[in-house]
Amino acid sequence: MSAVLQLDTVTRIHGEGETEVHALKSVTFAAHDGELVAVMGPSGSGKSTLLTLAGGLDAPTSGTVSVEGTDLATLGQKGRARMRRTSIGYVFQDFNLIPALTAAENVALPLELDGVGTRQARALARVALGEVGIAELADRFPDNMSGGQQQRVAIARAVVGERRLILADEPTGALDTETGEEILRLLRSRCDAGAAGVLVTHEARHAAWADRVVFLRDGVIVDETGADRVEALVDSGATR
Amino acid sequence: MSVRQALLALLEEGPMYGYQLRSEFERRTGATWPLNVGQVYTTLTRLERDGLVTESGADGEGHVIYEVTEAGRDEVATWFTTPVARTTPPRDELAIKLALAVTVPGVDVGTVIQQQRSATISALQDYTRLKRDRRDTTPGDLAWTLVLDSLIFNAEAEVRWLDHCEARLRRAALESPAAPLTTSADAEERTAR
Repeated sequence: MSAVLQLDTVTRIHGEGETEVHALKSVTFAAHDGELVAVMGPSGSGKSTLLTLAGGLDAPTSGTVSVEGTDLATLGQKGRARMRRTSIGYVFQDFNLIPALTAAENVALPLELDGVGTRQARALARVALGEVGIAELADRFPDNMSGGQQQRVAIARAVVGERRLILADEPTGALDTETGEEILRLLRSRCDAGAAGVLVTHEARHAAWADRVVFLRDGVIVDETGADRVEALVDSGATR
Repeated sequence: MSVRQALLALLEEGPMYGYQLRSEFERRTGATWPLNVGQVYTTLTRLERDGLVTESGADGEGHVIYEVTEAGRDEVATWFTTPVARTTPPRDELAIKLALAVTVPGVDVGTVIQQQRSATISALQDYTRLKRDRRDTTPGDLAWTLVLDSLIFNAEAEVRWLDHCEARLRRAALESPAAPLTTSADAEERTAR
């Protein structure tokens, strides 16, 4: 089991001087292949900062963020963009699908941006849509789908290709209890199939789908449940 | 717990002996509230005394079989049509513990809250794991899944309440520095200043 995502003593400071905000303070965190980790904490605790750093959308003030063994800081702007397209999948609360594209086109987009031919990208997109149980909706536009269906498309887009890291930010926030549960079941099964997942949520019932639950307070990891793996304990040791 | 009404309700399905009643009860509730056979027979004896069940003979192995009476059916109907009373809340150890933790001097309330949150989420993880692998093929399966959901929703409510307590106490601490809550992060900040 290896760490797909590794944050090593990561600090992120926004602003300077008087208005300085320490969003994360020396956080060490890992998500391994086959593992779903939930991050919980009140707003302002640093959950979203952790996720944006993990996705290479922001850079730490100090410390390192590695995805599949590559320190994101060693990659240029282009390299990071490529990493985001090929290794990292995002799932957002509000789905973030492009309304003018069909489900299959939305899912194929990251592949096409990465230079995969249109025909092959669409074929892979259909496979991914089948895996999330909505193959028959491939030619529908987001406006003609329910929230749960749109989130399934978003998950298909997050896992299409060989992406090993799924970052989900309150993915069930806009869905009813039962649909939300289906989405978690799906996320869970992607991790059981070998991906590493990070699920940011403030709902305990959703966090409970994870193997480990990490608690953030004021930018610090204060506690962790389910850390029965020795490696996981060692990884988090520095922040305890 | 209403073992009495639950057993009566099970007998509505047909006559049964004590051991059968126990296993039927546990099949529907996933053995969340285990019954011992002694408790089942004591309850049956009282139900018989009150005229709600009668003995209807024995099976080949000598088990005494019980059936529900007309009065018993009425009691079951009343049970199902009457809401569970919420007027006297059951004694809640956690609420009592927290009420004392915020008032008794020298208690680190932040740690009390976090330890409980961690423990409750661990329990939630266990329930969720059980639920993940379930396929509801019979009404009995569905009944147990719903009981499991009840445990999940209750644990979730507890965590939400703990989150609320923490937020509320932190606000109080900001408004008056003598307030009780200190989290490790607060302590760190204070020493830094």
